[in-house]
Formats: sequence, C-alpha cells, structure tokens
Amino acid sequence: MTSVFEQWGMTHDWAWFVATIAGILLIALPLMLAVAMIIYVDRKIWAAMALRRGPNVVGPWGLLQSFADGLKVFLQETIVPSAANKGLFLIAPIITFTVALMAWAVIPFNSGAVLADINVGLLYVLAISSLGVYGVVIAGWASNSKYPFFSAMRAAAQMISYEVSIGFILICVVLWAGTFNLNGIVEAQRGHGFGIVNGFFFNLLLFPMWVVFLISSMAETARTPFDLTEAESELVAGYQTEYSSMSFALYWLGEYANVLLMCALNATLFFGGWLPPLEWAPLYWIPGWIWLFAKIFFFFFVFSWVKATVPRYRYDQLMRLGWKIFLPLSLSFVVLVSGYLMLTRYGA
Amino acid sequence: MIQTIAFYLFAFLVIVSGVFTIASRNPVHSVLWLILAFFNGAGLMVLVGAEFIAMLLVIVYVGAVAVLFLFVVMMLDIDFAELRAGFMKNFPLGIAIALVLFAELFLGVGAYQVGGLALGTPDGTAATAPGVSNIAAIGALLYGRYLFLFETAGIILLVAMIGAIVLTHRERKDTKPQNVAKQNARRPQDATVNMRPEVGKGVEL
Repeated sequence: MTSVFEQWGMTHDWAWFVATIAGILLIALPLMLAVAMIIYVDRKIWAAMALRRGPNVVGPWGLLQSFADGLKVFLQETIVPSAANKGLFLIAPIITFTVALMAWAVIPFNSGAVLADINVGLLYVLAISSLGVYGVVIAGWASNSKYPFFSAMRAAAQMISYEVSIGFILICVVLWAGTFNLNGIVEAQRGHGFGIVNGFFFNLLLFPMWVVFLISSMAETARTPFDLTEAESELVAGYQTEYSSMSFALYWLGEYANVLLMCALNATLFFGGWLPPLEWAPLYWIPGWIWLFAKIFFFFFVFSWVKATVPRYRYDQLMRLGWKIFLPLSLSFVVLVSGYLMLTRYGA
Repeated sequence: MIQTIAFYLFAFLVIVSGVFTIASRNPVHSVLWLILAFFNGAGLMVLVGAEFIAMLLVIVYVGAVAVLFLFVVMMLDIDFAELRAGFMKNFPLGIAIALVLFAELFLGVGAYQVGGLALGTPDGTAATAPGVSNIAAIGALLYGRYLFLFETAGIILLVAMIGAIVLTHRERKDTKPQNVAKQNARRPQDATVNMRPEVGKGVEL
C-alpha cells in the first residue's frame, strides 16, 4: 500500500506512515463491526441450543441488538468506586481492548495482505496474547474489592498455565512449516494432505496438537468451560464487577476480539488460513479473505457450541488439565515432531 | 525520520519508566512501570533489527516473569514506613551495586569502541550476512558454536527447577485431592442402590 501513496507524490516515510494508519483502520473498524455481530451470533447460537429465541426485537431478526446494547452502555454513567486506584482502574480496560486489537497486525487475510509481514509473526502473537492478562490483573487489583481480586489471581494463574502449552504447540507448527512468518505457515500448508487438502490438521502428528490448541485457546480467552475468572456463581462478575458503562463495554469488546483472534489462529495455523480447504483451481476464484472469514466463523460456532453445552470446570481440574495433561503432551509432541522431521526432512 | 522519532520516544519512555520504577511509593506501581520499561526496551530492540530478542523480552519478561512479580507484590502486605527505614541501612550496598553496574556499562562501551563482538557462522569463520533472519542466525550460533554452553545452561536451569520444586514441595495430609482415574472408573451401579421399600417401612442403608 505504501507504493500507492508514493505515487501520489509523498516521500517514502510519509507514504509508509499514511499506509500503516490506513491499514490499521482497515483492520480495526471491520473487526469492531465483526465483534458486534459475533456477539449477536453467540447469543443466537446459545439461545438456539437452549431452545430459546434469543435477541429478536431490535432490527430484523434482532440483528441490531449489539448496537442497541452498545448505545445503552455508552449513555450510562461511568462509576469509579471511591476505594479504587483511579488511574489504573481506568487504564485496565483500555489495555485489554488495545491488546486484543494489536495481535491482528500479523494475521494474513490473503496472500501478502497483512499489515505487518514480520519474520517473527507467531512470536509476536504469543507476546501480545501474553499481555492480555495485564488488563485483567490490573482491573482486579485497582478495583480494591474482594471478588475482582480473586478473579484476577485466577486469571493470572490460568492464562500463564495455558500459554505454556500453547507455546509448545506453536513450536510444533513452526517446526513443520520452517518459519515463524504467518504467511509462510499458511503457504506451507498448501496441499499438505496428499496434495489435496490444505491444512496441517490433516497430519497425524499435528492433529492432536490442534485439539489441544482448540481447548487451550478456550482457556486462554476464559470462555466456558474455563470461565472461572468470571464465574458468576462464585465471583459475582469476576474482575468486571466494579466496572460500568464504557469501561465495561471495552472488556466486552476486547474479550470477543480475543475470541475471534483465537479462531483466526486456529484457522491460520491448522486449517490453511486464507487457502481454500481443497487444492482445486475453481476454489481459488473465491477470494482468500472469504475463506479465512468462513473458517473463523466455523471456529466461532465451535466456541459457542462448547459454551452452550459444557459445564464449567472446577479450578483444580483446570490446573490439572493445563499442567499435568497438556504440558507433558505438547512437550512430547515437540520431541515427536522434531524427531520425525529429522528422520525425513533434515536427515542425512 | 520515523525511526528517529520512534527511537527517542522509546528511549525517553524507558528512562522515565525506569525512574518511576524506583520512585513510586506503591510497589504495584513500581512493577507496572518496570513492565513499561521492558516493553519500551523491546521497542528499542526492534529498532536495531533484533526482532527475535525483542519478542523474547516481551514473552519471557513481560508475559511471564513480570506477571509473577505482580502476583507476589499484590499479595504482599507491605509496610511503607518499614521500607523507608531500611533505606539508610541498605544505602552503602546500593551504592556498591550501582558502582559495579556503572563499571560494567563502562567496560561494555569500551569494548564496543575497540571493535565489538565478532558474531560468526557455526564454524567461526565469517560474520553472519546481513539479511539472514535473526532466528536463523541465533539458532546457528546456539546450536553450532555454542552448543555445549547452551546445553549446559539448559541442564543448570533444569537442576534449578527441580531444586526449587523439591525445596518448596510439602506433603499435605489434610487435603483430599480427587483421583481422576478412580472417579472416571466409577459406574452408577457402584454408587447407587435401587431400593423398593414397603409402604410404612424405612430403609436401612
């Protein structure tokens, strides 16, 4: 995009600057719209599985429900508890929201259509997602209230535990793809299964890792069955208890943006990203970003499905799953994958 | 120009947050300033082209170490008066550490002026070509020239980890952890009985 602005007579630096700003807006604004719609979709799926109607009043089929909610929240008063640490209390939701948007910089929407095509793309995603915990922890501490604090402690422990196994899973994928660049990882999946299927999930060594990654990404985003950070039966509303109005809405949006990001990562790392599912020329007539969106939507449906059907984990079960099952499993798969690659690809 | 602006922004923020890390009265604020310093340090690393180091800085220090710091500091009940009383007592030690750090900085700058480090290929013949990706270059060095040092560091870390676990582990007799395998092996017929009590009579269990 930089070259386009250069043709309009800008210097290279300014062209880069304007192009980057345009790129950020081009990702962030549709993402916000997508988050609004995906909240509606989430509620509809959840309602359908509980044999209810879900939101159906505002707009046709209730499509405008999220916007009505947004407007309502926008008009409410922001209440800051008098015992709260005011500065941090207000910064915390901003951190969550910003971090949820930042990681999208490296997700490729089509061949080369990525805001920051950096060498260490996957590490960047890992780094940014590890920042997500700060919004929650700071909120819990700054609220100066018991339940948010409990929730913050839980969130810190939970996110760190599952990030460890996510790291090892990503290493498996990187080993196979031979690059940290997300576009490179997508390209490495072209025709991976018998030259027909695009995607690492069609790989006996990576398929189990995908399953672990899907479950870990639910834990990482604190979705049901791992939503212990806001377990309403125990902690009122968790770290969001003291928040109201827009600061609450920022958590809401940030949370769903994170869920979408995890769905996008599932699609990009294991299901071929913007590649069509099958390596067949007519499928390439459909633009890549539509395939990516379809895959993201599919994974979001899985997330909602799980949310609607699976009961919440107990805290010790959550820790057991993370440390005693996923960590050894993903660690042994790192050994397996690298061993297999040494034997076949890098051998001799 | 953008690089220059970014450099001064990051450098300024590193120094400011470093100062506030020391100056804040609230330890939680200190840790948060420290995190900001790490983050801007990572920004500086990106500017010099060491993107791998930058990402590691964020993942390891900001994402894991600082979270645990924060975790501990939040739970501590800190008496500020006592902290300030210790200031004069620890002042000489602090000065000594500051001197050592300053000497190291001085040495580092001096060594750089003399010629810098010759980073090379695994066999140690030539410097890495510019344009080779960071990760590949570091990987070639770590798993080539410095393989044994690297593996030794790994073993030391493993020993430290096991040591820490052994030192802090204690058998707790008063808790009843769930045996998941046993729980899963339980069938309804093991846990329930179907009784057909006669009308007016109780059930002996």
